[in-house]
Amino acid sequence: MPRTPRMKVSELANPNRFMRMAKWMIPLFAALAAVLLAIGFYFGFNAPAERDQGITARIMFVHVPTAWLALGVYTMMAIAALGTLVWRHPLADVAQKAAAPIGAAFALVCLVTGSVWGRPTWGTYWEWDGRLTSMLVLFLIYLGIIALWRAFEEPLQAAKAVAILTLVGFINIPIVKFSVDWWSTLHQPASVFRLDGPTMHASYLNPLLICALGFSFLFAAMLTAAMRNELLRRRVRTLTIFAANEAR
Amino acid sequence: MMRAVAAILRRDLALSFRAGGGAGIGVIFFLCVVMVVPFAIGPDQKLLTSIGPAILWIGALLASLLGLDRIFGADAEDGSLDLLLLAPLPLEVIAFTKALAHWLATGLPLVIATPLLGLLLGVEFNALCAAALMLLVGTPAIAFLGSIGAALTATLPRAGLLIAVLIVPFTIPVLIFGTAATAVAITEASFFGTAFKLLLALALFSFVIGPVAAAAALRIGRGA
Amino acid sequence: MLLTGPNGSGKTSLLRQIAGLLPLDAGTISFAGFDRRDETHFVGHAAAIKEALTVSENLAFYCDLYGSKVAAPDAALARLKLGSLASLPARVLSAGQRRRLALARLVAIRRKLWLLDEPDTALDMEGRETLLAIIAGHRASGGMLVMASHGTLDVAASRTLALDTDAKAAA
Repeated sequence: MPRTPRMKVSELANPNRFMRMAKWMIPLFAALAAVLLAIGFYFGFNAPAERDQGITARIMFVHVPTAWLALGVYTMMAIAALGTLVWRHPLADVAQKAAAPIGAAFALVCLVTGSVWGRPTWGTYWEWDGRLTSMLVLFLIYLGIIALWRAFEEPLQAAKAVAILTLVGFINIPIVKFSVDWWSTLHQPASVFRLDGPTMHASYLNPLLICALGFSFLFAAMLTAAMRNELLRRRVRTLTIFAANEAR
Repeated sequence: MMRAVAAILRRDLALSFRAGGGAGIGVIFFLCVVMVVPFAIGPDQKLLTSIGPAILWIGALLASLLGLDRIFGADAEDGSLDLLLLAPLPLEVIAFTKALAHWLATGLPLVIATPLLGLLLGVEFNALCAAALMLLVGTPAIAFLGSIGAALTATLPRAGLLIAVLIVPFTIPVLIFGTAATAVAITEASFFGTAFKLLLALALFSFVIGPVAAAAALRIGRGA
Repeated sequence: MLLTGPNGSGKTSLLRQIAGLLPLDAGTISFAGFDRRDETHFVGHAAAIKEALTVSENLAFYCDLYGSKVAAPDAALARLKLGSLASLPARVLSAGQRRRLALARLVAIRRKLWLLDEPDTALDMEGRETLLAIIAGHRASGGMLVMASHGTLDVAASRTLALDTDAKAAA
C-alpha cells in the first residue's frame, strides 16, 4: 500500500500555511514523479519479454500501480473522512473532495489498461474477472462520492454526508471484494503479495515498485494542486456571498 | 420565437450541467444496471454477448425514466412554470423545447456511453453500432413520452417513481421495435428494416403527442 | 387597482385567475383590446429564480422568453440596485435581493397589465421606494396594475377592492 501525503497533513492544519507550502510541494512531487516514472518505465520496457504473454505484459507497469493507488486513494479518503467527522480537521474534507476524482481517474486507467491487456490475453476487451470487476465496483463508488459532492451546494454540509458515505464504503469494500471473488471463478491468484514472498521475477518487480512510487508522487502532486484549487474555489464562494451581503 | 426557444434550451442545459443539476447521474445509473446483470446471471461471456443489446436497452430505458420529474417539477417548485405559462409562446413549443433539452442533457449521454458499456458485455462491434444507433432514435421517444408524465405530476413533490410507473407501459412499443431493430441490424447487417422504420415512426409520433399532451396537462393543472 | 383583505380572502387566487393560472369557478374574465398572453406581467410569491444561474442570466432568460424589451437588462438591474451582483450566482442572494430580481422583470420587459402579489414582501424601505417609483412610472405611461397588498405600500389606487372571506364566492 503506497503511503500517501495525507499522513503528514496534520502539520499543515492551517489552510493558509497549506497554501504557502503547496507552492513548493506541487513542483517537488511532480518532479519526483517524473523522474521515478521515467526510471521505472525505462527498466520496465527493457525487461525481458514475458514467457506466455510476450511484450503485452509490460502494460502492467501502468495497470498494477494504478490499481494499488485506486485502493490507496480510497484508504486515504476514508482516513480523511474520519478527519472530518472525528477530529474536525479543517483540511480533511478538502483533501477528501480533491482526492475523489483523482482516485476515480486511477480506477478508470486501471480498468482501461486492464481491458487493453485483456484483448490479446482473453480475446475480449472485458472479462468478468474477479479483480477487474471489483475495480469496476470501486470506480462506481468513486463516481457516487463525486456525484454526492456535486449534489450539495454548501461544502461543509456535503463534507459530512460524503464522509459518512466514504466510511460506509470503506467497511463494505472488503465484503464486496470477497463476494465478487467468490462469484468469479475465472481469475488468477494474486502474484505480488503472497505469504511465501513475491513470485514475480525481479526484472519485473523492481521497475513495478519504482513505477508504483512514481505514481504515488504523481498522486501527491495532483492532490496538492487539487486541494489548492478547492481552497481557492471556497474562498471565491465565501467572497461571493460576502459581496452579496455587502450590496444589500 | 426562435430566440425564446433558444433561451429555454440554453437555460435548461445550463441548469442540468451546472453543479447540482445531475446530468451525469443517468449515465452512472446506466453503468450500474449493466454491471448488475452479470452478477445476477453469472459471468457467462457467450450468454452476455447474446443478451447484451437487450441489457443495453433495458438499462437505457431505466436510466431515461430517472430524472423525468425534473422537466417540469423544478420549474413548478420555484414559480418559473407560472412565467413560462404566461410567455407569448405556444405551450406546446415550450413543452417540446424542454423535453428536447432534457434529452440532450440526459438521453444523449446514454447513447454516447452505450458502445463503452457494450464492451463490458462483450457485444460485437457491429452490434454496438446498431444498439447505439437504435438508442439514438429510441431515447428521444422515451424522453418525449416521459414529458407527459412529468407534466401530469408537475405540481406533486417527489413524483419521480410515479412518473416511471405511469410511463413504462407507453414505452413498451419503443422497447419492442428498438430491440427488434437492433437484432435485425446484428443478424442481417441491415439497419433500415421494418422494425427500424416503425421505431422511427414511434419517435416522430412521440415528438407530436408528447408536447401536445404535456401542454394539455400543464393547462389543466393550472386552469390556463 | 388595489386588492386588500385578510389572509385567505382570495387575493392571490383572484390574481392567478386574472393571469389565467387558476380556473374560474364561474363567470369570465375579459380583456379589452389586448391579448393576456402578450401583455401580462405576473409577480407571485415565488420569485421564479434559478439559483444555479447568475443574476443577469436569470433576467436575460425572461427578456429573451418574453421579448419586447424596454430597458437593457443591465439598466434594469441597476435600477433595482442589483448591478454589482449581476455576475454572481442567484443562490447567494438574500430574500430582499431575490424579490428585487423578480421586480427587475417589470422594468426590463414591457407589458400593459401588471399583476403583483404582495410585491413588497421582504423589501426594505429603500426597495419599497424604488418599487413605488417603478409603479408610478408604469401608471404614468398608461399601464394597468392589479396589486394585492396588506396596505404596507403607499399607493394612491384609482380603485380599491376589499376582499373578505364572504366576498370570495362573489369574486
